[in-house]
Amino acid sequence: MNSNLNITNSEYDQMISKNTKKSPIAKNIFFAFLIGGLICVLGQLIFNFSLKYVDKETASTITSISLIFLSAFLTAINLYSRLGKIAGAGSTIPITGFANSIVSPAIEFKSEGFILGLGSNMFKVAGPVLVYGITSSIILGIIYYFLKFIL
Amino acid sequence: MKIGKQTFKLESMPYISYTSSIVGPKEVQGPLSSFFDTHINDVWDKEKTFEKCESKMLKTCISNLEKKANIKDDDIDIIFSGDLLNQCISSDFAIRNFNVPFLGLFGACSTFCEGLLLSSVMIESNLANTVICSASSHFCSAERQFRMPLEHGNQRSTTAQATVTGAGAALITKEKISSSNARITYVTPGKIQDLGVKDMANMGAAMAPAAFNTIAQHLTDTKRDIDYYDAIITGDLGEHGSKMLHDLFKLENIDISKKHIDCGCIIYDLKKQDVNCGGSGCGCIASVFSGYFFNELTAKNINKILLVATGALMSPISSGQGESIPSIAHAIAIENEV
Repeated sequence: MNSNLNITNSEYDQMISKNTKKSPIAKNIFFAFLIGGLICVLGQLIFNFSLKYVDKETASTITSISLIFLSAFLTAINLYSRLGKIAGAGSTIPITGFANSIVSPAIEFKSEGFILGLGSNMFKVAGPVLVYGITSSIILGIIYYFLKFIL
Repeated sequence: MKIGKQTFKLESMPYISYTSSIVGPKEVQGPLSSFFDTHINDVWDKEKTFEKCESKMLKTCISNLEKKANIKDDDIDIIFSGDLLNQCISSDFAIRNFNVPFLGLFGACSTFCEGLLLSSVMIESNLANTVICSASSHFCSAERQFRMPLEHGNQRSTTAQATVTGAGAALITKEKISSSNARITYVTPGKIQDLGVKDMANMGAAMAPAAFNTIAQHLTDTKRDIDYYDAIITGDLGEHGSKMLHDLFKLENIDISKKHIDCGCIIYDLKKQDVNCGGSGCGCIASVFSGYFFNELTAKNINKILLVATGALMSPISSGQGESIPSIAHAIAIENEV
C-alpha cells in the first residue's frame, strides 16, 4: 500500500466539499428574520410606550438603553448565546448583538483580573466593528461635507 | 527494533496495566456514560476558572489511577502528560501535586498516543519499569483559547466539533501486574501531513490525511492488512473527518469503514447532543480509550486494536496569519496476549 497520497490540495478540497453537510440555509434565514424582526418589534413597543411620557429623542435613547440592558442581562444568564444559535445574524445585527459581543468577553476574561483581563479584552469581538464603523463614518462625513458645496 | 520505514517493534511488549478516566457533564450524558470511572457535575467543579477545573480533573484522574493500581508516587518512574492549553498548563499544574519526574507533551489531539509511544519506548529501552501517560482537555478552556467567548451568540459550522471535557491516564508497566493482558506491540510515530486545509472549523478534514498516512505506513511496515485488527480507532476525526478517511482509503481500493471507529463519533449522541460532527481534543481519545476500549480489551470483546490519535497542529496565531493546518497521527498497536 502506498502511504503517500497522490492527490493535490485542490483535489482534496473537492473531496471535502463533496462530503460537507450543507448549512440549512432556508431554516437559518427564516429564524434570522423572525427573531431579528421580533427584537425590532420589541424596540418599537418600548419606543411607542416611551413616547407617551417623553419627546422623540429621549424615547429613542430609552429604547437603545433598554435593549442593551436586556441583551446584557440575557448574556449574563447564558440565554443570549442559545438565542444566537437559532437566530444567527438575526440576533447579531441588532443593537442587542453588539451588547452581547461586549458583555460575553467581559464575562470570559474576568478570570485574568479586572484591568488586564476584563478591561483589555472587553472589545475583542466588538473592537473591529468600532474601528471600521467609526473610520467609514468619518470618510463618508468628509465626502458629504464636500458634496454639499458641489450640489 | 525499527521495521520498515517508520515503525518500531517492541520486543518487551509493555503492558497497559490500569487506566483511569474522568469526563464532564455533557460526556456523561453520552452513550459511553457507564464506562467512565468518574465525572464532574458542572464545567467549574467548584473551581474559579476553567483552567483550574481542567487541572483538577487531570489530577483526580492520575490519583485514581494510583489508587486503582495500589501504587505510590515513588513507584512511578516518569509521567508523560499533555493538553491543549498554551505551555501545557493543565498538565503542569496537575502534576505539581505529584512527586514524580514529568515530561510535558504537546501534540494537540494526538498527545495521548504520543505519550503511550514514549512510555512504551522508555520501557523497551530498559530505562523505566512503571510509566504513566495522560492527557486532558476542557470544552470551555479550549473555546477561550481557540474560538469565541462562550456567551457569544453565534452559529457553528456544520463541520465543527466540540472539545471533550475529560481526561484519561494509563499505567504502562514492564511486568504483568494486573489481570490486563493488553500489550503494546508496535508503535508508528507519524509524519506531518498538510493538504492545505485552512478552516479551523473543519479539523477532521485537515487531520484525515495524517491518519491515512500513518495507518497505511503502519500496515506496510508490519506487513499486516486491515483485517488483522479487530478495530482501527482514531481519536477525533469526527463524522466529517471519518468520511474523508474512508474516501482516502477508497482511493487505494480499501474499505476501512467496517473496521474504523472514531472516539469523537461515539462519545456523544451526535443526533441529540448538539455537537455537530462529534467530539475533539486530547481528552477525547484519552477518556474513551481509558474508559471504553480498555474495558473491552480486558473483557476480551476485542483483542487487537490499532489506536491512532490525530492532532491538528495549528494555533490561533498561525491561522490568523493565513497558514494551513499541519496535522499528525501516531499509531499504537495494542494486542491481548493469548
